[in-house]
Amino acid sequence: MTTLANQQMTAKPAKNTREIDTRPLLWPSVIVLFLWMIVPLAMTLYFSVIRYNLLNPMLTGFAGLENYTFLFEDPALWTSLWNTLVLVGSVLIITVVFGTLFAVLYNAEFHGRGVARLLVIAPFFVMPTVSALVWKNMLMHPVNGLFAWLQSLVGMEPTDWFTNYPMLSVIVIVSWQWVPFAFLILLTAIQSLDQEQKEAARIDGAGPVDMFFHIVLPHLNRAISVVIMIETIFLLTIFAEIYVTTSGGPGTATTNLAWLIYSVGLLQFDVGYASAGGVIAVVLANIVAIFLVRTVSRNLQQG
Amino acid sequence: MVDVVLQNIKKAFGDVEVIKGVDLHIEDREFAVFVGPSGCGKSTLLRMIAGLESISDGDLMIDGQRVNDLSPAERGIAMVFQTYALYPHMTVRDNMGFSLRLAKLPKAEIERKVNEAARILKLEPLLDRKPKALSGGQRQRVAIGRAIVRNPKVFLFDEPLSNLDAALRVQMRIEIARMHSDFDATMIYVTHDQVEAMTMANKIVVLQGGVIEQVGSPLELYHHPRNRFVAGFIGSPTMNFIDTQVQNVQAESVTVSLPGGGSVTAPVKDRGLKVGDKITLGVRPEHLLESGGDGQIQGKVLVVERLGGATYIYAQIEGNQTLTAEIDGNSPVKVNDAVTLGLSGATCHLFTTDGLALEQAARHPLAAIDRGHSVAH
Ligand SMILES: Nc1ncnc2c1ncn2[C@@H]1O[C@H](COP(=O)(O)OP(=O)(O)O)[C@@H](O)[C@H]1O
Ligand SMILES: [Mg+2]
Repeated sequence: MTTLANQQMTAKPAKNTREIDTRPLLWPSVIVLFLWMIVPLAMTLYFSVIRYNLLNPMLTGFAGLENYTFLFEDPALWTSLWNTLVLVGSVLIITVVFGTLFAVLYNAEFHGRGVARLLVIAPFFVMPTVSALVWKNMLMHPVNGLFAWLQSLVGMEPTDWFTNYPMLSVIVIVSWQWVPFAFLILLTAIQSLDQEQKEAARIDGAGPVDMFFHIVLPHLNRAISVVIMIETIFLLTIFAEIYVTTSGGPGTATTNLAWLIYSVGLLQFDVGYASAGGVIAVVLANIVAIFLVRTVSRNLQQG
Repeated sequence: MVDVVLQNIKKAFGDVEVIKGVDLHIEDREFAVFVGPSGCGKSTLLRMIAGLESISDGDLMIDGQRVNDLSPAERGIAMVFQTYALYPHMTVRDNMGFSLRLAKLPKAEIERKVNEAARILKLEPLLDRKPKALSGGQRQRVAIGRAIVRNPKVFLFDEPLSNLDAALRVQMRIEIARMHSDFDATMIYVTHDQVEAMTMANKIVVLQGGVIEQVGSPLELYHHPRNRFVAGFIGSPTMNFIDTQVQNVQAESVTVSLPGGGSVTAPVKDRGLKVGDKITLGVRPEHLLESGGDGQIQGKVLVVERLGGATYIYAQIEGNQTLTAEIDGNSPVKVNDAVTLGLSGATCHLFTTDGLALEQAARHPLAAIDRGHSVAH
């Protein structure tokens, strides 16, 4: 009896110490993060409902939804949304397809695999401005570029990529940067595929193609969802590559939402108008995020 | 008529030779068990038969055809893995039907075969579940079902029961043995568990270090082990080995001295032994008697393990050796008691210094019995 009572007595304070409220310890970071987010958001919301043009200080006062009305009537908005969609969609497809292929390829044993893997990953470590400059001046340049030289070798007229295929060029550059990311995630996923499962499939009569579609690809399902989710978040805000290469042009051919906001705010100095665009971007990003997180988490739970 | 013949099969990984020349004939409808300590090459040998591992040297014949260069799917085998290796994204139905789907069989026929296998294995209520939602035993059944639907010439099992708990293991053991008699299929089964080997096999193949130590029926290995390794590996608890000397050599029997002064005469062929030669006496714990016997050894009890029906005692005998004895569960023996353990000559095994056993003068009457007679149809 006494030992039992003793145990209960000692057990209680122990339980209390474990139940200590740890939330206050989180507050500093929560507060910083909250301010970090809420201050710019509040300012953007505020700017988006006032008249605020840096070139015209006389233009002031509450604008109501005027900025938004102008924005929605502006064909550039719809073009930029479409361009954003094209850019994000194409890059996602290209990176997932090539990432998967490289992952399957570089999972096989061969001589010099380590070096080959490193080379595939390397573009990820080059900063976006630099890689865009490399592509612009050394590869796609109609006079000095490698592609132009290759074309001239076979007697073709060199292509002026950024003039004739501006969106394609941007897509190629951005894909080149993001294939390594997809490759890395998918390679680790492939490495976690149970060898015995593959052997069982071989005994069941699966050739390399069946193996890929029936065993490897389903196994990569989750990893691909993760790649898509993370890449989408970053790709929605692609800016540096466009800044360095096409500056959103020619015309609005490569103007995505990020570039539109930049050009309105910092090239035309219409802060109010740009802020309205910013709010649209935030809303869009959140819709995409909610949608993606839902599908991905469902996928992860199933897997 | 599906037999599996291995002729001087060798396997090397780089410079390391893992299988060092195996000759083996597994007859039609036989249940062959490869048994041996971990790392002895059982799995490697099985995987070579399956075609998952290339054969470095030698010939492998299945059903009279040389299959060295055939892919696993073309060899007419099916394999059940230790980790089950089910496809996690497919339902039980699709797991079992996968090979048929790849073979482009008509849908209705796949459905029929899968349902048939599910009925045999009592998996019908689980057909639409994913492997994740199954227990270990159920997964094992699905893995077996996946093998059955292919209607293979040879079933291969690699330690299929190791991941199951003890009770389930016994149950699955019985089911696999039943399956063998129902399907009349040739089966090769790998295990490190000698109890599984003893209970399931028609033919046990004892492997060590990439070579076959002995091939035979379970009771043949138990009563007529070819050498000290097999004698120690088969049977539980393991056989006692006592280092001693030859006291007398007669026609068809050898007398050896026992620690503490006694002696025992074993009915074995002498193979040119001389009086005074060093020899190892082997006797199984279950053959040591609490009283009586042809010869006696005095000892002091160190440990007593009571299992209920039987009691194991570990006794220290002269020369700082320990003996394990299995005695009656009702024996009141206590630690530190003095015991006199009796041996009868007929149950003694003698091993010469090179580890080989002296052949018993008479074959045990059950040594040639077939397990097939112990499972009802
Ligand atoms: N792929 C491999 N590469 C190199 N050595 C291997 C390979 N597979 C097995 N071995 C070696 O072969 C020996 C036998 O292995 P295995 O057949 O798995 O033994 P077990 O009898 O436990 O099933 C072990 O020493 C193991 O290390
Ligand atoms: Mg093994």
